[in-house]
Amino acid sequence: MATALKQEEPNNPNADGAENVVVRFAGDSGDGMQLTGGQFTLSTALAGNDLATFPDFPAEIRAPQGTLFGVSAFQINFGSRAIETAGDEPDVLIAMNPAALKTNVQSVRPGGLVIADEGEFGKRNLDKAHYDTNPLEDGSLAKWQLLKLNISQLTLDAVKPFGLGNKEALRCKNMWTLGLALWMFERDREPVVQWLKGKFAKLPDIADANIAALNAGHAYGETAEISGDGLGGGHLQHHKIAAAPAEPGTYRTVSGAESLSLGLVAGARLAGLPMFFGGYPITPASAILHHLARLKEFGVTTFQAEDEIAAITAAIGASYAGSLGITSSSGPGIALKGEAMGLAIMTELPLVIVNSQRGGPSTGLPTKTEQSDLYQAVYGRNGDAPMPVIAARSPEDAFYCAIEAVRIAVQYMTPVMLLTDGYIANAAEPWKIPDVDTLERFPVSFMTEKPEGPLLPYSRDANLKRPWIKPGTPGLMHRIGGIEKGVDTGHIEYGPANHQTMTEIRRDKILGVADSLPDQDLAFGKAGAKLCVVGWGSTFGPIHQAVSRASKAGRDVAHVHIRNIWPLPKNLGDLLKSFDRIIVPEMNTGQLKTILRDQYLVDAKPVNKVSGQPFTIAEIVSAIEENLS
Amino acid sequence: MNEMTKITTTLKDWETDQEVRWCPGCGDYAILKAVQRTMPDLGADPSKTVFISGIGCSSRFPYYMETYGFHTIHGRAPAVATGVKLANPELDVWIITGDGDALSIGGNHTMHLLRRNLDCQVMLFNNEIYGLTKGQYSPTSRQGTQSPSTPYGSVDRPASPCAFALGAGARFVARGIDIHKGLPDVLKAAHAHKGTSFIEIFQNCIVYNKDVFEEFAAKKTAADTQLHLLDGEPMLFSKGEKGITLNHKTLQLEVVDVVDGDWEAAGVIVHDVTNRSVAHMLVEMQFGAFPMALGVLYDDPRPTFEAAVVAQNKAAAVGKQPDLQGLLNKGQTWTVTEDGPEL
Repeated sequence: MATALKQEEPNNPNADGAENVVVRFAGDSGDGMQLTGGQFTLSTALAGNDLATFPDFPAEIRAPQGTLFGVSAFQINFGSRAIETAGDEPDVLIAMNPAALKTNVQSVRPGGLVIADEGEFGKRNLDKAHYDTNPLEDGSLAKWQLLKLNISQLTLDAVKPFGLGNKEALRCKNMWTLGLALWMFERDREPVVQWLKGKFAKLPDIADANIAALNAGHAYGETAEISGDGLGGGHLQHHKIAAAPAEPGTYRTVSGAESLSLGLVAGARLAGLPMFFGGYPITPASAILHHLARLKEFGVTTFQAEDEIAAITAAIGASYAGSLGITSSSGPGIALKGEAMGLAIMTELPLVIVNSQRGGPSTGLPTKTEQSDLYQAVYGRNGDAPMPVIAARSPEDAFYCAIEAVRIAVQYMTPVMLLTDGYIANAAEPWKIPDVDTLERFPVSFMTEKPEGPLLPYSRDANLKRPWIKPGTPGLMHRIGGIEKGVDTGHIEYGPANHQTMTEIRRDKILGVADSLPDQDLAFGKAGAKLCVVGWGSTFGPIHQAVSRASKAGRDVAHVHIRNIWPLPKNLGDLLKSFDRIIVPEMNTGQLKTILRDQYLVDAKPVNKVSGQPFTIAEIVSAIEENLS
Repeated sequence: MNEMTKITTTLKDWETDQEVRWCPGCGDYAILKAVQRTMPDLGADPSKTVFISGIGCSSRFPYYMETYGFHTIHGRAPAVATGVKLANPELDVWIITGDGDALSIGGNHTMHLLRRNLDCQVMLFNNEIYGLTKGQYSPTSRQGTQSPSTPYGSVDRPASPCAFALGAGARFVARGIDIHKGLPDVLKAAHAHKGTSFIEIFQNCIVYNKDVFEEFAAKKTAADTQLHLLDGEPMLFSKGEKGITLNHKTLQLEVVDVVDGDWEAAGVIVHDVTNRSVAHMLVEMQFGAFPMALGVLYDDPRPTFEAAVVAQNKAAAVGKQPDLQGLLNKGQTWTVTEDGPEL
């Protein structure tokens, strides 16, 4: 989604010959489906396709084998055109056991290809998946093309020479499957072979067995007689998807967690600051801590704190001492950090708080995606506690949003909330690597000289920013804290007029961030359209595709995607008022909708989905149609 | 604390222009003066000194010290201090906290601060009550304490700050009394110790828990009720007529009479600040059957958290360049030209 020139994304080939294919790998959580998907993604990216992925896995690390709740799936949509979603319906499902078949087959496009490992369809596994009869035999899969392969046995045969135990040998199943998939789409095996050699450098037998399985799956496609129809209407065959048109440049695949981490490192360097990252393990945010922990040479200190509160307060302490303090969590952890955010607001210290949103409330759906922490981000603190909020729309965008969050934090001496979600964090996409010299620097200057008059730690510049004074600076000793501050002096001050003034200053400072933001643009269509679809965060892809489709069908629609949730861009109100109707698709029960109504008195209508799954394009297309009728 | 260049200051240099807002007669005044008096003796530099506090009466302390100061939120001073010290290990960090702040809402942070051994001084003002919220019982209040929230008396047993600290891995544990003239010496020892120095200070809350420590803090009876520990000296009190010994059968401490000053004959223990086993017994020594142990109970430094972090960061960066472009280009990349993609 990051690379190609923006086009519409149909599920099937169309007139210009461009096409895309959606493949879903599904198996037990111990079957290595995420690895298979990840490697298939890399090979696909190297073939020049644009792509988007959707890893979907259970909260349990190794759920009991064969169970419905233990199914782990990885979906990839790739094509010779711009790809912005992981695809509504798989064209190909590879199901490693009955449970994987049962939980995934209903979403496969009618007529699509289902490949099942029949070696896993014994009575025991059928029972676990609550199948009374074997679906591979009873005709219940008639609306799809079914390809039964004994992947288990074929894998055992392939790895026999390596003398592995049965259990270890069967672990190579995913590589056999990957080999077949690589053959189906004419992908190069070499990058996978290199990856296996690296991963199992200390276990050459395991590496060789996996490579043998990979090659066997590939050879199977080439040589075996395969009955049934495959993609493109003929037999299962090579099906080359041409490279997508893309801007010249150097590319790699990147997940949201990775790009966001890189963006934070870049942001700290653009500000000229060492980074202090305080984190506490939580799904799906931990990946950011893991990435940063390996980047010490960039002046990054990571601190796994004793809890979420310590993670943010340590980051505040580090910011106080002159580092760029950053903390990261997901909804439940963000809730715990609430009081400390207020402290950062009151003491006016820079801080970036990353929220990788997941399904809530409470523990909710730890591994599933949702956008339901918007109220928490904008409003979720005691007192009048304004804070800038930015939301990333994709893995690529997360890199730039992270830099933007750092910029606002240091230029306004404020905590900034950066929203991403489980989908963005885990999904991978090709990324055009930026030239770091083109990234704008925003060096920080600390106050180091004693002023002529009294020291005023809460005096302000044109941005209403107060000076940043590091402890250790000779002669500038002063005290800060969470108690209300006197204007300019920063001394404890409870006076009524002072609190009124300080509250207004804190509000105006954050509203003033809007002066540094670009005008809200249109992602699609024109101002004054009959219907505008307004979105934020990871719903960008499906909304953009849906609006594009509706427009092609002759609808007068536009797409506005809001990145700066707070403060909102200055022209947004006028822009929204130009549309006859507004709908706001969100993976919550209508949070941005409420904010837009509140801020602009516009009749924004909610379109909501809270199933833990991203929107499909079709769902948004039908919402557009409903609201235009 | 850190090795630092000693500078010359006077008590006045450590006072701020802020009006002190504690109740008249509060023990906090005495502690503030003791600290302000001690800082010049330490040769400390106000510019490099940071006082960090949580919430409670004691936590207003930083406003009255002419140093850098951060009055944070309830219970979180140790975590803020950890961030400060990791960002700049050169700073001399003092944490000011109370019994509710450090052992109730912030108990978790206190435990991990001690376990990690961040180089700082923790002054826990123990007044066995929540003063700033108007007198509720605290985690160190004795069983049966009547308060607005426990009108029929508290039923839960109190925490022992020093036993908690030692259990959490503290390498320096000391006790003092707010108005006691020995407090500066305890502060100096704490400052000299590299690592987390934990000091429990009995502090008289004259409004909500007046004279709760009078049994052992009163000057008149101090000779019989206080055991002043000094490294290398026998554990004697009551003008040398009593001492502390170890019963070798029960493996417990006991009070023994010392006849004619012959403490060796009485089996009185010589205080060794590095003896962790004895330290465990000293912190558990119940007042009443025993005198209150004061001074440095335990002092045996080991490497600090921030030194380990800095060393690891350095080692991990050896031979690597902070090349941002290189970092972004990591992994398998491909190039798209006008003619299409190539690996």
